[in-house]
Amino acid sequence: MKTRRLATLGAVLGCTTALATPAAAEELTLCWAAWDPANALVELSKEFEAESGHTMNFEFVPWPNFADRMLNELNSGGKLCDLLIGDSQWIGGGAENGHYVKLNDFFDAEGISMDDFAPATVYAYSTWPKGTPNYYALPAMGDANGWFYRADWFADPEIQAAYKDATGQDLREPQSQKELLQIAQFFQGREIDGKTVYGAAIFTERGSEGITMGVTGALYPWGFKYENTPGSYDMEGAVNSPEAVEALEFYKEFYETATPPGYTNSYMGESLDAFKSGQVAMAMNWFAFFPGLYADPDIGGEKIDFFVNPPQNQAGSTLGGQGISVVSYSDKQDAALEYIKWFAQPSVQAKWWELGGYSAHNSVLNDPGFVDSQPFAGDFLEAMNDVQDFWQEPAYAELLLAMQKRVHDYVVADQGTAKEALDLLIEDWTETFEDEGKL
Amino acid sequence: MSSTPIDRVAQATPKKVARRIKGLSDRAIAWIFVAPTIFLLLAINIFPLIWTIQLSFTNYRANRLNREVENIGLRNYERILTDSDIWLNMQATAHFLFWTITLQVLIGFTLAWLIHRNFKGNAFWTTVIVLPMMLSPAVVGNFWKFLYQPQIGLFNYIVSFFTGRDPSSFQMLGDVDLAPWSIVIVDTWMWTPFVMLICLAGLRSIPDYIYEAAEIDRASKFRQFWTITVPMVLPFLMLAVLFRGIENFKMFDLVVQLTGGGPGSTTELTSINLKREAFEKWRTGYASAYAIILFVTVFGLASIYVKALNKVKER
Repeated sequence: MKTRRLATLGAVLGCTTALATPAAAEELTLCWAAWDPANALVELSKEFEAESGHTMNFEFVPWPNFADRMLNELNSGGKLCDLLIGDSQWIGGGAENGHYVKLNDFFDAEGISMDDFAPATVYAYSTWPKGTPNYYALPAMGDANGWFYRADWFADPEIQAAYKDATGQDLREPQSQKELLQIAQFFQGREIDGKTVYGAAIFTERGSEGITMGVTGALYPWGFKYENTPGSYDMEGAVNSPEAVEALEFYKEFYETATPPGYTNSYMGESLDAFKSGQVAMAMNWFAFFPGLYADPDIGGEKIDFFVNPPQNQAGSTLGGQGISVVSYSDKQDAALEYIKWFAQPSVQAKWWELGGYSAHNSVLNDPGFVDSQPFAGDFLEAMNDVQDFWQEPAYAELLLAMQKRVHDYVVADQGTAKEALDLLIEDWTETFEDEGKL
Repeated sequence: MSSTPIDRVAQATPKKVARRIKGLSDRAIAWIFVAPTIFLLLAINIFPLIWTIQLSFTNYRANRLNREVENIGLRNYERILTDSDIWLNMQATAHFLFWTITLQVLIGFTLAWLIHRNFKGNAFWTTVIVLPMMLSPAVVGNFWKFLYQPQIGLFNYIVSFFTGRDPSSFQMLGDVDLAPWSIVIVDTWMWTPFVMLICLAGLRSIPDYIYEAAEIDRASKFRQFWTITVPMVLPFLMLAVLFRGIENFKMFDLVVQLTGGGPGSTTELTSINLKREAFEKWRTGYASAYAIILFVTVFGLASIYVKALNKVKER
């Protein structure tokens, strides 16, 4: 009896000690896309390693393969990633399929408040069902689709005069989508420094998410909605509204009249290449790339400037960015949660912004010096106020691929009309939601 | 004492092993040797096939393990066969198959016929011609993507040189009419050497005395070609067509690298579409039905073709 009592006491003491002390030194693997901010995160995480004793490994996958690779990993219950900075659209699947650990209890226990983060990022990156206080990620990297342009060309008096002659207006940062197209068309095929340049680099990629992310940059400012009533999946009249048709026609005109030749399957990398090689006057891309572009010795500094996606009927930007989640299949969840706790600290978030990551923490965003801290910081704040995201449903991949097909068929392959493309998209999406039992 | 090879093997067998298999019939020993292969075949080929057939009648999704799987009968098959987009994919695949095989047979046979003649540097040119098929399809895809680039691509410059058209005025990969041909050109460039090698084997298998007899009979070169060369190379050529047909029906990597199935869905071959359904949309049941339809198509066509090939060989 005595022995049993001692054993019980020992077990209780053991459990208590395990709960009270930090997890033993672990090797954690953080998975994300391979891009500039990932390098900043490696740098930032060195502090965590020093503080915690844990070792950080990183698995970075190039964007075009990121979703394929990581979703396969999650769907197969893989243990590769302990922490995953997954795309915002994965949150529904991550939560419903049990891939992500629900973080509410952890946040409560550690005093991490979602009120400390920008509301748009909490809504987009952390919650499922949308807008409910059920958190599956901590906002890690705020992002939106924005624009950058050759400030030196825009400031050139000769070019300014030519633009004034051609349009009767001053050459400036575009204030509307139509002005954006007008400027891009002005630069299309123009000789600058003895070289033929083109209007703008936009997203037209077919395979993953490229053209959808690009075209929504036009759809949202025109007032596009996914549903007439949020949560009802009634898409007729919303997805194919006259405004949506006009926006889609606009994007097609943009593609046909103001992009470089052969620009039929282009996404982030191609946009950066076109701009860095001096081929285009303007380019769309994610804010995440802006620190690297500004620091570029050839086209950065004085030669570049940035602007938020211009409004048309309303302001609107395509949401990028991700939240950081703990993978439920990980054997090192305690250590992974420690990382999240460390990452949520205001001081770490401030350093994250310094290194080139886009913090979503209010202490960073509301800092009086934030807007002037980088030439694109103000645009970033403005963009994050009006962001919209794609469906975040568990069936998001199916919904996304349908849009990729319908939009690419119309914009690049010139098949059918904008209205037909959107009507077909509604058919595809309806079929998906019927399969999901939501319609 | 007679010593047959079997006796020698029996004598060389260690006594321990000999004791262990003592009492087993030849048939049992044969089964012991064949069993691992049969087991692997069942595990790797037959079981997945049966499972795929079973899944094709359900709404199963491999990424929703907690969702109830329902038996939906022939609905997946019905949806696939009535989907106009899938028929467009089939058409794109048929276009790709027909033209790649036609061009590869014509060019491959011509090259083999030329290489078959003895000339200086024969071995060198054979090696040069064979090089493309030794490259990885992913490398070839990326390589040709640059060649087709409208502004810096060599292909557009060559066309421009001969036609006087502005190189950046046309896009091989971005134009709906040209993209299907662009993938045909690349596949032909890469795999014609394979057809050439098989044809060359066929040409080299024709005994010289047949031509000598034809010469004695004063048959013209043209007649020799049509009555000796073509019929005797035909089984080889048909084999090459079978190999290329099966391979190109499954074509994936090269086209994904080149066009990603675009522009729009112009070059989205069935294998690309199937991969999207299975591993991007995760409609596992639907994709299984799709795979079964493709399997039956290829298997059926290949069976008919093999019968024809055997008839040609018998002649």
